[in-house]
Amino acid sequence: MIEFRSISKTFPGGTTAVDDFSLVIPSHRTTVFVGSSGCGKTTLLRMINRMVDASSGDLEIDGENVARIDPVRLRRRIGYVMQNSGLLPHRTVIDNIATVPRLNGVARTVAHARALQLMDTVGLDRLMADRYPSQLSGGQQQRVGVARGLAVDPNILLMDEPFGAVDPIVRAELQQELLRLQRELGKTVVFVTHDIDEAFLLGDQVVILEKGARIAQKGTPAEILANPASDFVASFIGADRGKRALSIREIDGARVVVDADGTVAGRLVEAGPS
Amino acid sequence: MNLFLEAIAWILEPANWQGQRSIPVRIGEHLFYTVLAVLAASIIAIPLGWLIGHTGKGREIAVGISGAARALPSFGLLFLFVMIAGVLLRGPSAVLVLVLLAIPPILAGAYAGLEVIDRRVIDAARAMGMTEWQILWRVEVPLGLPLLMGGLRSGTLQVVATAVLAAFVNLGGLGLPIVEGIALRDYDRMLGAAILIIALALLLDALFAVLERYAVPRGVRARRAPELRTTAPRRRAAAGTPATT
Repeated sequence: MIEFRSISKTFPGGTTAVDDFSLVIPSHRTTVFVGSSGCGKTTLLRMINRMVDASSGDLEIDGENVARIDPVRLRRRIGYVMQNSGLLPHRTVIDNIATVPRLNGVARTVAHARALQLMDTVGLDRLMADRYPSQLSGGQQQRVGVARGLAVDPNILLMDEPFGAVDPIVRAELQQELLRLQRELGKTVVFVTHDIDEAFLLGDQVVILEKGARIAQKGTPAEILANPASDFVASFIGADRGKRALSIREIDGARVVVDADGTVAGRLVEAGPS
Repeated sequence: MNLFLEAIAWILEPANWQGQRSIPVRIGEHLFYTVLAVLAASIIAIPLGWLIGHTGKGREIAVGISGAARALPSFGLLFLFVMIAGVLLRGPSAVLVLVLLAIPPILAGAYAGLEVIDRRVIDAARAMGMTEWQILWRVEVPLGLPLLMGGLRSGTLQVVATAVLAAFVNLGGLGLPIVEGIALRDYDRMLGAAILIIALALLLDALFAVLERYAVPRGVRARRAPELRTTAPRRRAAAGTPATT
C-alpha cells in the first residue's frame, strides 16, 4: 500500500507541481494517474521512488516513510518503466535486464538466467538477448524496459507513459500484454498516462488529475463513467461525445447501440451473470 | 623541389641516426615531452571535465577558462615561466606550457562527452538505483569515451606541434635541429626536422583515429540488424565481455 498524505511539491523557481495531495494506492492493483501534461502526474509517480522529494507531507510505503529510506536502496526494490525505455545503449538486452540484480550483487550467471525467463514473460524472443537496444523496434524496446522493471521481482512497478511513443497497434498489443502480466503477477502498479482510454483499460483505480495534481475524481472506470464528478471530468473522459456517448436505437424490433457519431457499436443483449 | 630532396637526404643520412645528437634521440625527447604533458593535462582535465559533465555545474567557467587558455601565446608564456622559475627549472616550465595548452581540448572532450548523452538514459539509470558513482562509471564514461578520445587527439596534436618550443630553452626535441638550422643557415636540417614533426603528428593522429573508433561502444555503433539471426554469433557479449571494446 502506498499512501500520499498532504503531499506538496514546489520546484525551485516557484512552480507548484503538486498542491496538498492525498491518496491511498492499494496493493496488487493498478492505479492510473491520468491528466493533461503539466498536471503533476509524473511528479507524483517520481515521488514514490524519491526521484523527486516532496516539499511537505508524508509518503509511506507499507507504513514506512520513504523520506527515511536511502533513495538508492528504495529505487532498487521498485520497478521503473519509462517512455522511450531509457535502456542503456551500450549494453545488450540481457545485460540491460540484469542491471539491477547485478547492482545488488547477484552472480552474472544467475542474473542472466533470470533475465532470459523475464524475456519469456514479456514476450521477447530469447534470440534477442545479445542484441543492442538500437537494433530493436520501439515495441521491443518497451518490452525490454518492462522486463528490466520486473528484474528484481519488485512489489511496486512504476510506469511513466510507457507506451506513449509506440504506434497505436503496438500500443494496443502492449496494453493487452500488461493486463495479462498483471493477472499473473499481481504487482502494485502505478501507471501514468494522458490517454483516458488507456487509463480505463488498465486501471483498477483511475485518478483524474487537474493542474497542481488536484484530484478531479477517483474511482473505478465504471464509477467515473457512470457519474462524472464535474464538467471537467465529463469533458476529459468524453462522456458526452464520440464512442462514449452511446444510445439505443431500434431497428426491425432489435435494439442496437450506436455512438454519438451514429456508428453502430453493437447489439443490446441480456446481461449474463458477471 | 631540390630543397625537399636535400631535406629528405638529411633525414636519411646514416650519420644522423647515430650518437647522442641523432634523430631518434630528438624524436624520443619530443615524444617524452608530449606524453608527459598530455598525461599531466589528462590527470587534471579528465576528472574535472567529468565532474562538470556529471553535475552540469561550472560549465560556463570551464568554457571561459578554456577559451582564454587557447588564446595564450605559448612562446611568450614559456619565456615568462623560465624567467620566473629560473633557468634550472626550464624543463618543468616547458612542460607546464604544454600542459596548459593541452588542458582545454581534453577538458572540453571530457565534459562534452557526458553532455551529449541522452538525459533519459541517465535518468533511467538513476531511477533503477544506480549510485552517482555507478552512473558515472557504468553509463557516462563509456558513452562519453569517443568525444574524450577526440579531445585527447586534438590536445596531443597541439602539444606535438608546440613541443618545438622546448628547443628554444635548450631542452632538445625535434625543435633543436630547427634552431640549429637557423643559426647555421642549414635549410636541409630545418626542413628535415619540420618534415619529421609533421610525420610524427600524422602518425599520432592516425593512432588516435583508430582509438576513437574503438572507443565507440558496440551498441551505439550497431544499427538495426536486417533480420533475426537463428544462430547467436555474439554469444560472447552475453557471456559478459564489456560492450566497450
